[in-house]
Amino acid sequence: MAKTIMHIQVNGEIREDAVQGNLLLIDYLRETCGLTGTKMGCDGGECGACTVLVNGIPRLSCLTLTATVDGLNIETIEGAQTKGRLSKLQQGFHEQLGSQCGYCTPGMIMAADGLLRQNPCPSDDDIKQALGGNICRCTGYVKIIEAVRFAVSGNAL
Amino acid sequence: MKHTPKRARMVGRRAPLIDGIEKVTGKAKYTADLDPVGALVGRIYRSPFSHAEIISVNIDEALKLPGVVSIITGDECDIPFGILPIAQNEFPLSRGKVRYRGEPVAAIAAIDEKTAERALSLITMDVRELESYDHPEKALAENAAQLFDDRPGNLEREVHHEFGDVENGFKQAELIQEAHFDCAEVTHVHMEPHAALAEYDVERDRITLQSVTQVPFYVHLRIAQCLNIDTSKVHVIKPFIGGGFGARTETLNFEIIACLLARTAGGKVRMKLSREETFLTHRGRPHTLVDLKIGMKKDGRITACQCRVQQTGGAYAGYGIVTILYAGSLLNAIYDIPAVKYDGYRVYTNTPACGAMRGHGTVDVRHAFESLLDQMAHQLGLDAFDVRRKNLLNAPMETINGLKVTSYGLPECLDWAEQASKWKTRKGKLPHGKGLGMACSHYVSGAAKPVHWTGEPHAVINLKLDFDGGITILTGAADIGQGSSTILAQVVGEVLGVDFSRLTVIANDSRITPKDNGSYSSRVTFMVGNAALQAAENLKTILVEAAAKRLDANFEDIECLGEFYRVAGGQGSVISFNDVVTEALVDTGTITTKGTFTVPRKFQGGKYRGAGVGPSMAYSYSTVAAEVSVDDITGQVMVDHVWAAHDCGYALNPLSVEGQVQGAVWMGLGQALSEETQYINGLPFAANMLDYRVPTINCSPPIDVKIVESIDPNGPFGAKEASEGALAAIIPAIANAIFDATGVRMKNTPFTPDRILMAMDKLKKSGDCR
Repeated sequence: MAKTIMHIQVNGEIREDAVQGNLLLIDYLRETCGLTGTKMGCDGGECGACTVLVNGIPRLSCLTLTATVDGLNIETIEGAQTKGRLSKLQQGFHEQLGSQCGYCTPGMIMAADGLLRQNPCPSDDDIKQALGGNICRCTGYVKIIEAVRFAVSGNAL
Repeated sequence: MKHTPKRARMVGRRAPLIDGIEKVTGKAKYTADLDPVGALVGRIYRSPFSHAEIISVNIDEALKLPGVVSIITGDECDIPFGILPIAQNEFPLSRGKVRYRGEPVAAIAAIDEKTAERALSLITMDVRELESYDHPEKALAENAAQLFDDRPGNLEREVHHEFGDVENGFKQAELIQEAHFDCAEVTHVHMEPHAALAEYDVERDRITLQSVTQVPFYVHLRIAQCLNIDTSKVHVIKPFIGGGFGARTETLNFEIIACLLARTAGGKVRMKLSREETFLTHRGRPHTLVDLKIGMKKDGRITACQCRVQQTGGAYAGYGIVTILYAGSLLNAIYDIPAVKYDGYRVYTNTPACGAMRGHGTVDVRHAFESLLDQMAHQLGLDAFDVRRKNLLNAPMETINGLKVTSYGLPECLDWAEQASKWKTRKGKLPHGKGLGMACSHYVSGAAKPVHWTGEPHAVINLKLDFDGGITILTGAADIGQGSSTILAQVVGEVLGVDFSRLTVIANDSRITPKDNGSYSSRVTFMVGNAALQAAENLKTILVEAAAKRLDANFEDIECLGEFYRVAGGQGSVISFNDVVTEALVDTGTITTKGTFTVPRKFQGGKYRGAGVGPSMAYSYSTVAAEVSVDDITGQVMVDHVWAAHDCGYALNPLSVEGQVQGAVWMGLGQALSEETQYINGLPFAANMLDYRVPTINCSPPIDVKIVESIDPNGPFGAKEASEGALAAIIPAIANAIFDATGVRMKNTPFTPDRILMAMDKLKKSGDCR
């Protein structure tokens, strides 16, 4: 299959890559860019582990063709820190134990990030709505909600 | 050495995970994230038949495909493997027969995904199909085709235990009830799909495997066995692991296949299993039938209990014998029951093999027991909490089947759950469709007998202290997300009192870290924690000796303040930790200390056959109360709130204990309400994350956790397990709450809307409406 040159902004850096038409965004990120923070959990849009932001909106990278994000802005977990400092959400997931095995965490944080950009003061129901497509098998979600609340309040609970 | 003066404690603290920053930044490398440069793609050809004799596996066409480097079949390895040395009946790739749909038959190493995919489509197999059974009834039927020649009737194992005078116990009873329970098979669904990266060094005949395992040591043994090479030529590394819950507590076929492929291909092979393949690899909790009979006095005192359990084990032995024994050994041991009879049967069927899953073997019998107890209490007009209080153990004591109970926080768990759920004022008084229910459970803190008995200690820890003042904790205990590395660092930090930032944990790499049996049976905190405690104390002795030398004082007069050492009561004689280290290194250089832990013989169980499964040096206890809403139009059950009290002995890390208890309760909630693997003519029907219904955040309730600390005399700082025990109680707690809400007794799991509606309909027709 022929490749096309695409310009995709990944975590602030505009890249130029020759991309095959059928390349999934998750494979582009993991294999082409070497950004393995984005995880494959289910092979088909069932678990949310591969969630990234496309122009600030959460998107499942395992169901997205790279060709459809040509010219757009992609954000992954690797871009969440500022000069090495954890973002409020990362801090929340770390300190409140919103992350146990950590495999769902990047997708969970990106989905929560997408929510907070739209709605900086979400209710618990808003949080549940936004994370409804992200499966976590470790936490029972209790501390995930607390982690997002932590980021919202900016304070320990 | 003086007693350590008061300072900030390292244990008992809500410490975030020591490897948590890697997890929230995406830096944590899981097996599929490891460097794939130069790696071939490994793929598995799986049987499309449930039960068949193999006539031939045809790989010639696939081998001709450019880019295919090697293809292997069952001919590659004729050495069987399995977790239990007494039941190894599985080959990495089928030989002679296939016994379930999806069983690995051949494997390909190719230059890329596309080539591997095409090669897969070119492989075929010729077989003589046999009758296949995805239900135990058919497998047990007379004249059924046998899965294994040495297992007539497809009965893998039966076990029979009787303790006390059961006949007399039932004679003494004033109420006897029996019930039948049918619990669906469930599976782990750890978020990380299975993966392995194997690299074979042709010149040195050595193999390195990085894999998703909870038990690197057992994997190490089985790789050496199946590749028929010396164990010193095997190197096993555990990267970050995305959960396990028991799925990865035995060597899995793809791990050996990846190594065999790497050897035939003469290089590196990356194998990433799809989610469907991960479901097929399974090793989950078996479909279980429980027939339970309990005898009780009018005051709620249990006089006898009799239980028959039948587990549908799937196509291979795996942990099966252990699972069927656990169902019996932990059936009664939470309460004081004077007479118990247990009959267990493990059946082979043509479905993916079952194995260990969180709460191993104990969960479905607990559901049965706690449900029937609730039913009998209700009939006698007794309160659910009170009937349990009538049957409490009096620790320290030994149960009727030889389990030593040294600490027992169940009474406190009961009290808290009763108060927190406002049981006394709300039970039976909730609005239409709402109900309250409760139940209890317990679990081991490490199996007292290891799977592979060698006479070595149960756990070994090495500490390394060098010129830089950093302390490296070397452990073979696999952190799979449960936080074991954090716990070990807290224990070492507590003993030495040093800044937490001095501590690094390496877990695990067979060339660097000491052997450990692995993360299963909730053994790490208790056993490896105790070993870490001893290793740290040994290091502290060396440091105090050095401080004494430098300060020209007696060993007994030195006070360790962690970052400083001084002469007790002395004026001005203080030296820093770094100076103590410098002194300690004189003439010896790098210091390494060791700590070990062995469960004493007297805790390893009785002398009867099967007595080795169930004994532990300590047991955790839980009480869980649940509030549910049942929609009588749709049959949908929502759990509105859960209160879980868990006796973990002592919470080394309360944050982590809460997280583990919440996770366990929630996983049980999934089994109670929606999770079920299903097979139709041997075809897995729900081998994906849509049809296998793991609860989402939207249907997950708040779970309040109360940590009960009974301070176990043998646990590290009094600690016991916290990760498995609470799982079992939530299932009967929900069932009992559904009864409170609707009047129907849900005996079969999961309590899906169709089953709820059917039960309610039956109740209505029987005219016994509440």
